[in-house]
Amino acid sequence: MEKNNTVLDIQNLKLYFRTTRGTVQAVDGVDFKLKTNQAVVVVGESGCGKTSLSKAVLRLLPRNVEHYSGKVYLNDIETMSLDDEEYRKQIRWVKMSLVPQAAMNALNPVIRVGDQVAEPMSVHYGVKKEEALQQAIKMFQHVGVPVDFINRYPFELSGGMRQRVALAMALVTAPDLVILDEPTSALDVLTQANIFNLLKRIKSEMATSFVLITHDIATSSELADRVAVMYAGQIVEVADSSRFFKEPRHPYSAKLMASVPRLRGNDEPDFITGQPPSLIKPPTGCRFAARCPRRFERCSEEPPVTKIGDDVVKCWLYV
Amino acid sequence: MEKEITQEKSAPQAIDQKSRDGVLLEVNDLHVWFELRRFGFGHAGYVRAVDGVNFDLKDGQTIAIVGESGCGKTSLMRTILRLNHPTKGEVIFDGKVINNLKPSELKDYRSLLGYVQQDPYGALPPFMTVRNILEEPLRVNGIKDKTELFNRVKKSLEEVKMSPAEEFMPKFPHQLSGGQQQRVVIARAMIMNPRMLIADEPVSMLDASVRVEILKLLRNLQESHNLGVIYITHDLSTVRYFSEKIFVMYAGQLIERGNVSQVLNNTKHPYTFALLEATSDPDAKNALVQKEIPPGEPPSLVKPPAGCRFHPRCPHMIEGLCNVEEPPDYEPEPGHFVACWLLK
Ligand SMILES: Nc1ncnc2c1ncn2[C@@H]1O[C@H](COP(=O)(O)OP(=O)(O)OP(=O)(O)O)[C@@H](O)[C@H]1O
Ligand SMILES: Nc1ncnc2c1ncn2[C@@H]1O[C@H](COP(=O)(O)OP(=O)(O)OP(=O)(O)O)[C@@H](O)[C@H]1O
Ligand SMILES: [Mg+2]
Ligand SMILES: [Mg+2]
Repeated sequence: MEKNNTVLDIQNLKLYFRTTRGTVQAVDGVDFKLKTNQAVVVVGESGCGKTSLSKAVLRLLPRNVEHYSGKVYLNDIETMSLDDEEYRKQIRWVKMSLVPQAAMNALNPVIRVGDQVAEPMSVHYGVKKEEALQQAIKMFQHVGVPVDFINRYPFELSGGMRQRVALAMALVTAPDLVILDEPTSALDVLTQANIFNLLKRIKSEMATSFVLITHDIATSSELADRVAVMYAGQIVEVADSSRFFKEPRHPYSAKLMASVPRLRGNDEPDFITGQPPSLIKPPTGCRFAARCPRRFERCSEEPPVTKIGDDVVKCWLYV
Repeated sequence: MEKEITQEKSAPQAIDQKSRDGVLLEVNDLHVWFELRRFGFGHAGYVRAVDGVNFDLKDGQTIAIVGESGCGKTSLMRTILRLNHPTKGEVIFDGKVINNLKPSELKDYRSLLGYVQQDPYGALPPFMTVRNILEEPLRVNGIKDKTELFNRVKKSLEEVKMSPAEEFMPKFPHQLSGGQQQRVVIARAMIMNPRMLIADEPVSMLDASVRVEILKLLRNLQESHNLGVIYITHDLSTVRYFSEKIFVMYAGQLIERGNVSQVLNNTKHPYTFALLEATSDPDAKNALVQKEIPPGEPPSLVKPPAGCRFHPRCPHMIEGLCNVEEPPDYEPEPGHFVACWLLK
């Protein structure tokens, strides 16, 4: 029963890169689950491995991969054991799609945006071009791009409109899961708010599930049912948003929350001293220990993951 | 209007000493228009990036200018630095009109202004060491003595909390974190002991935590040097920890100006309301509601809408007024200025 309403189940996922300076352990044993029609946000500082995690989940791997392992279940299909051809046919874009970081600048500059949105339909479902274009028009209406923009090129659109087009591309195949990597961080506040209004609407109308990757904690709360905190390649806390935004458990989460400037309320934001560790030979104990105000002796050993109801936290304080 | 522009150009500006009572910078009716040329057609209109801006900045005062992308924030700053030429209106710094400074005077003028430009990653030359980067403005301003150069570089690095300074001096920008790079940019802006600092989106590319750290650093520098500061941002949530005044800019104009508490707690302009509504605080309830955000996008600056520039998106638009006549500045409380017909 539990299984049926779980759309995504990631187990011990690892993605390491080979570099001249050593192995970068960008995704280092990540576990989490997501229920159908929910949104989890993955938050964490720049360089902690968020984009790498999205690449590992969607198997969009660069050439210098040194190690790639773990399990990724999508609606009970174990996707890691599929070969590349099967994966491409059954999973990517069909069941799970991505709006990559800086997507609005990644559209093909010489193809009309309507054709770009129609493309996944003809490629993955083999529908005729006319029909695919009809589908694209529907998607344009859905994401709030004027239909007559369909014949325009990306440079003829504002940043906000291009971002909507990227979103339409990810949604056109009606996937079960959409991964959004920093979908609004380059956009103005009003455009950002409009896009989050749109994502909320799509979530309720299309029953889509979302993984939202961002370092902007305040706006992440616009979509989050669950929050996963990533630090130095690992997930250190997963919690319900109602709990997390009030009272995060992990000392890193607490520090992260305290660094968010607020428009309302009187708390002065504070910063986290020091810097995250290198992902080449990260520390053996808790990776946050060097910056942690609550560290004690045990923190020199790697903390286990503690379950608290549906939530998890990787910290000795909770063992 | 376009006629006035051509006439304006050559008027020689005398350096006039006004009674200033602590006013460091005065911006009067400033216009900055960029000519738009189309290939084969020649002149094709103007981009009115700054279109009638007025304000004062006192010694030791901090103001934040907030507005969406493309509303003219950087153009306004670059004109104050005289990297753009004003099309109309004047900029007065410390009692001197700077519109038509000669190149030799410009160098002295710019050494009084520290500039932290937008885009921290592009800001530092990649093949220069931190030490060379910081020595450069000193050399340009005629300082040659090796010991003095070294001491001033060391002092400025310590001021931005990069110590031991000797350890950072030989490093190249790519060997520094984003936050450290931004400190070097700030150290460079401060090294000539300026009277005023212009910080254009100094933290927008950084993580929240580093953001707060850099803003606190800027605040400390402002206090210890009694600097006038202009802080440009599109993020309202950082403003109130950092500045005394907020100016809200829309399509080349300042539409609401006042103290932080006036603008945030006694908001008058519908555009400012929209910015506040759009700015989230972390709260799980956000996911359950749709925000009320005006539709559409900021207007073209080549052919801005008649009347109030916000009227096509405004939920309170008064037909026959807002779309016809430009609103004047109303002053609903002392020091709080709002360009909106609703205050009539
Ligand atoms: N192809 C690659 N080869 C080598 N190292 C890589 C590669 N891709 C990413 N990395 C490194 O892996 C780490 C994680 O990078 P990633 O882009 O996943 O971080 P992120 O959390 O998305 O950061 P940001 O918030 O800045 O987007 C970084 O140290 C990065 O330099
Ligand atoms: N040198 C120039 N020539 C022509 N147009 C220009 C020039 N500089 C700026 N503009 C235009 O002037 C307008 C205002 O630009 P500006 O860079 O001042 O905006 P901004 O408020 O700083 O935006 P952002 O938040 O994106 O930095 C824009 O439409 C821009 O394209
Ligand atoms: Mg990333
Ligand atoms: Mg700018």
